[in-house]
Amino acid sequence: MPFQSTVGDYQTVATLETFGFLPPMTQDEIYDQIAYIIAQGWSPLIEHVHPSNSMASYWSYWKLPFFGEKDLNVVVSELEACHRAYPDHHVRMVGYDAYTQGQGACFVVFEGR
Amino acid sequence: MSKKYDAGVKEYRDTYWTPDYVPLDTDLLACFKCTGQEGVPKEEVAAAVAAESSTGTWSTVWSELLTDLDFYKGRCYRIEDVPGDKEAFYAFIAYPLDLFEEGSITNVLTSLVGNVFGFKALRHLRLEDIRFPIAFIKCCAGPPNGIAVERDRMNKYGRPLLGCTIKPKLGLSGKNYGRVVYECLRGGLDFTKDDENINSQPFQRWQNRFEFVAEAIKIAEQETGERKGHYLNVTANTPEEMYERAEFAKELNQPIIMHDFITGGFTANTGLSKWCRKNGMLLHIHRAMHAVIDRHPKHGIHFRVLAKCLRLSGGDQLHTGTVVGKLEGDRQTTLGYIDQLRESFVPEDRSRGNFFDQDWGSMPGVFAVASGGIHVWHMPALVAIFGDDSVLQFGGGTHGHPWGSAAGAAANRVALEACVKARNAGREIEKESRDILMEAGKHSPELAIALETWKEIKFEFDTVDKLDVQ
Repeated sequence: MPFQSTVGDYQTVATLETFGFLPPMTQDEIYDQIAYIIAQGWSPLIEHVHPSNSMASYWSYWKLPFFGEKDLNVVVSELEACHRAYPDHHVRMVGYDAYTQGQGACFVVFEGR
Repeated sequence: MSKKYDAGVKEYRDTYWTPDYVPLDTDLLACFKCTGQEGVPKEEVAAAVAAESSTGTWSTVWSELLTDLDFYKGRCYRIEDVPGDKEAFYAFIAYPLDLFEEGSITNVLTSLVGNVFGFKALRHLRLEDIRFPIAFIKCCAGPPNGIAVERDRMNKYGRPLLGCTIKPKLGLSGKNYGRVVYECLRGGLDFTKDDENINSQPFQRWQNRFEFVAEAIKIAEQETGERKGHYLNVTANTPEEMYERAEFAKELNQPIIMHDFITGGFTANTGLSKWCRKNGMLLHIHRAMHAVIDRHPKHGIHFRVLAKCLRLSGGDQLHTGTVVGKLEGDRQTTLGYIDQLRESFVPEDRSRGNFFDQDWGSMPGVFAVASGGIHVWHMPALVAIFGDDSVLQFGGGTHGHPWGSAAGAAANRVALEACVKARNAGREIEKESRDILMEAGKHSPELAIALETWKEIKFEFDTVDKLDVQ
């Protein structure tokens, strides 16, 4: 893109933490990130919340963490099922790391309105 | 068996050079790089270091016989050549655990790097590494929170954190300072930082700064929907003033404060760290004065020792250099000591400068902070070198953006996330750095302009302090 020498106006954006500053991911890109979670040995975990409560530490689990799940397609179909059940909620994909008791990966896949 | 008192001067090596000694698991081990005066045998120099850093005096004294010094003396148990250096050698010394007060880093350093460094028989002396026994480690409180707790508090997962020091470092009023904090945070940074020499000067008293910063954070959180923090520097002239500032930060509901651990001192640092754990406060640690102590390859204390001491004394984030920016530090050495900050076990690895196996037990980890002369073009290398458990801080690389700090912050955030996303997808981000950044710039005018602004800036000077390898 051409270099702009004039000062632009940066507008604050509301974002949802990691990957919030990137354009929405394509389906293939989302698959890559889930494959990374599985390859790290983390458990896939799906969480959702109403947008009015997105800063809370606890979002609702979708079912339970999918402990030991290695099948990419299972994880993807659960993500879609969660989105269908809560179309107005944010839905995020978490790679749960039992060793650190933390989230090795965490990003929003569907944004609620 | 009782001994006779025999007044006079004995050679140190008769007592303190014990090549047959097998170190105990409970011993504190140290590796010194020694350069003796000409003509003094290595064993005598090494034994002198062991003696002067533990129980020894230049003369035999009668009162030694009131105790059993074999129970307390430091012993030099090994001498090794330094690769590529004809003058210097490594002395490995074992200290019995009872030489040290439980949990006191101040006490350990007063012994190991005390009088001995001024000893005339030595031309230079450098403390390269310490192996702390697990028994000593369990006596130290360590980081007040640690990496896992900090991530949970700040709600930041799966990527390095992003920060920035407020510039100009001195001279802004409290309100103007808060403005710059607000601009950075609304632009997408997780943290902003007081510069180390911002304490409470006439142009901006600490209380005024704390209040405006707290308001900036509050608004930025409301507008962005993300959690934010600012390292409020509580380093002060007296411990009483330090705690007063920390208490006020807590009153304002702030998540994180900051301390300078070398100029402030280990006693102040350990005390503040305990306060932080008790009060649920994160603690960022700056390292002003470290290069005075750690940069000379033959004299002083290596930074890996200071980093280990800080993990024991307590801190949730510690500056480690950047490898690629404007400040000193080669890649292997840096990787070696960031392991000491973050891992639960670090094996001996001379290629990374680690002289001992180090078991950290259950002690929490410390975030490695990379700060100083870095900009968006460095992002892929920084993510590759430092990994997720790090804070990447861009000062000039944020405020220097042609559109201002908010746009600079956004450019860095976009670049960071693009690198993490590419890494997770299996791309080699250092090799493909240009493609990854240029692709990301297509979706972000802020990043495209940042890439154009800093395209030619590099800091390629040779490192002064290198690893001792052939």
